[in-house]
Amino acid sequence: MTAPTVATQTEEPEVILRVRNLKKYFPIRRGVFQRHVGDVKAVDDVSFDVYKGETLGLVGESGCGKTTTGRTIIRLYDPTAGSVYFQGRDMAELKGKELRAMRRKMQMIFQDPYASLNPRMSVLGIVGEPLEIHHIANRSERKERVAELLKLVGLNPAFMNRYPHEFSGGQRQRIGLARALALNPDLIICDEPISALDVSIQAQVVNLLEELQEQLGLTYIFIAHDLSMVRHISKRVAVMYLGKIVELTDRDTLYTNPLHPYTQALLSAVPVPDPFIEETRKRIILKGDLPSPANPPSGCNFHTRCPVFQKGLCDVQDPEFIEVEPGHFCACHLVKPQ
Amino acid sequence: MSLWRFVRGLLRHRLGRWGVLILVTMTLVALLADVIAPYDPYNIRERGRRKQPPSAEHWLGTDGAGLDILSEVIYGARVSLLVGTVTALLVSLLGAMVGILAGYAGGPVDTLSMRFADVLFSVPGLPLMIILATYLGTSYWTIILIFTILGWAGLSRLVRSQVLSIVHLEYIEAARSYGASHWRIMWRHILPAVSSLVIVNGVMLAAGMMLAEAGLSFLGFGDPKAVSWGKVLSLAQSGHAALFGMWWWVVPPGAAIFVTALGFMLVGLALEEQLNPYLRRVRKR
Repeated sequence: MTAPTVATQTEEPEVILRVRNLKKYFPIRRGVFQRHVGDVKAVDDVSFDVYKGETLGLVGESGCGKTTTGRTIIRLYDPTAGSVYFQGRDMAELKGKELRAMRRKMQMIFQDPYASLNPRMSVLGIVGEPLEIHHIANRSERKERVAELLKLVGLNPAFMNRYPHEFSGGQRQRIGLARALALNPDLIICDEPISALDVSIQAQVVNLLEELQEQLGLTYIFIAHDLSMVRHISKRVAVMYLGKIVELTDRDTLYTNPLHPYTQALLSAVPVPDPFIEETRKRIILKGDLPSPANPPSGCNFHTRCPVFQKGLCDVQDPEFIEVEPGHFCACHLVKPQ
Repeated sequence: MSLWRFVRGLLRHRLGRWGVLILVTMTLVALLADVIAPYDPYNIRERGRRKQPPSAEHWLGTDGAGLDILSEVIYGARVSLLVGTVTALLVSLLGAMVGILAGYAGGPVDTLSMRFADVLFSVPGLPLMIILATYLGTSYWTIILIFTILGWAGLSRLVRSQVLSIVHLEYIEAARSYGASHWRIMWRHILPAVSSLVIVNGVMLAAGMMLAEAGLSFLGFGDPKAVSWGKVLSLAQSGHAALFGMWWWVVPPGAAIFVTALGFMLVGLALEEQLNPYLRRVRKR
């Protein structure tokens, strides 16, 4: 075995979240008796670690299961199988009070800033609600804490008594962020927090996320489909395709040396802001459409669209998700460990 | 929102003010009926000549039994308002509760309660009322009970469909993600979202139930011992008031029903704007 290069430059980083063989199937029911006729395999056997203080990017096209992965981790959905170890406990098995207690440490920011805030509650009510639920502060303390949080995300605390419709999309997303921060979480799952925003506002929100990470020592799982934004914010990136992670490595390796053919195709689609390079940029155009997650292809589920597909291997055998080089995981038959 | 701010908002509302004025007046009339009314319509000795047009003695004339119509209308406010408001309140409570539970819980709870609502829909209302009234006796409490049993299904349907449209919004999921209990989500997030629907419906119902009580009295299934606006009207009908041009027998109870129903509607309108921050803002500017 070669000497590890990246991972042990400093001491081994602490794992905050350990996801193992996570599956989430949505049953398809048909007919009068709601017979179970199949499953949509939204998340199909996903494993990864998240280290304390890092940002793990989760990318993939629409419908690949990245949002479902995030929601299953935070237990908005009950996993079909697998485990989610968070701070030493399996989130997948917690119930009732214990689950509620664990949720203090794991929060979520949602995609649509227009749907994720209750239009009938004031900002004070929205940001203060987590505090109220967990009995953290009395009424006046809550007000103070909300003011503090609003300042933290760059909003005027005087806006506390206003309602969501009085704010712009970027401001609303800041309110959502303030709510997520209310309980001092360790991990925040950002579910496409910027894809509903204007490009000019996206940068502001991303910068705010980075500042807060530094200031509060937060860990992020950043779900997105914008590859350049993920490159900007993430330390490591996981690429998902049809419910599975196909490649996971640190950001620079992924963008300079992608191993999985899907990752290569995905990255070839990113435009380069340099006309000379852009002219010679070769795009890998994938054939066909994304197969249905209700009926995924046999073997490697990418084989129907893969440019380097090998008959008799890829369509028969499911590739294992292996560590090809230290810290670089890939699920492809044609990529061999070095 | 504090109660005081809420009331002030209602009074500031251009139309709501009139609604409040009407309802407060009617309530006062109902409460102080024995003081205001010149005669006691429950006392058969206080009768004058029958079917008299308005005079100094009987400001609104007398009915077919010689009772003072003004006094009847004043006392009638008691039964009409009581039946209207209590029924509307009970129907709103029951309808909202079942609707929210069905929409939020889904599954067997939803199926069971909605099939039960379907059954109630398919039961012919009038025969059921007559049967119940026969067995339970014709007191206005029976009428309230009957209206409540028959009335909640429609509202619960409305509420359920509204709940279904919001239950998958991200703010509900967000609430779950930071640990809100089901009870809290239903109470704090779903109820406010359907409250304007429930309130507006409840207020309409109050007006509608007043009319329904009038209708039931008209058919002879009202409380025989109670004086209500509907009963005055039904007596006017059976006394051929229209045929003999006795407008004073028809117009006062009719106007009382109309004005009170209008009062409920105006208050409902103002309430809706109060409860919906978006509408509130539009009106201010």
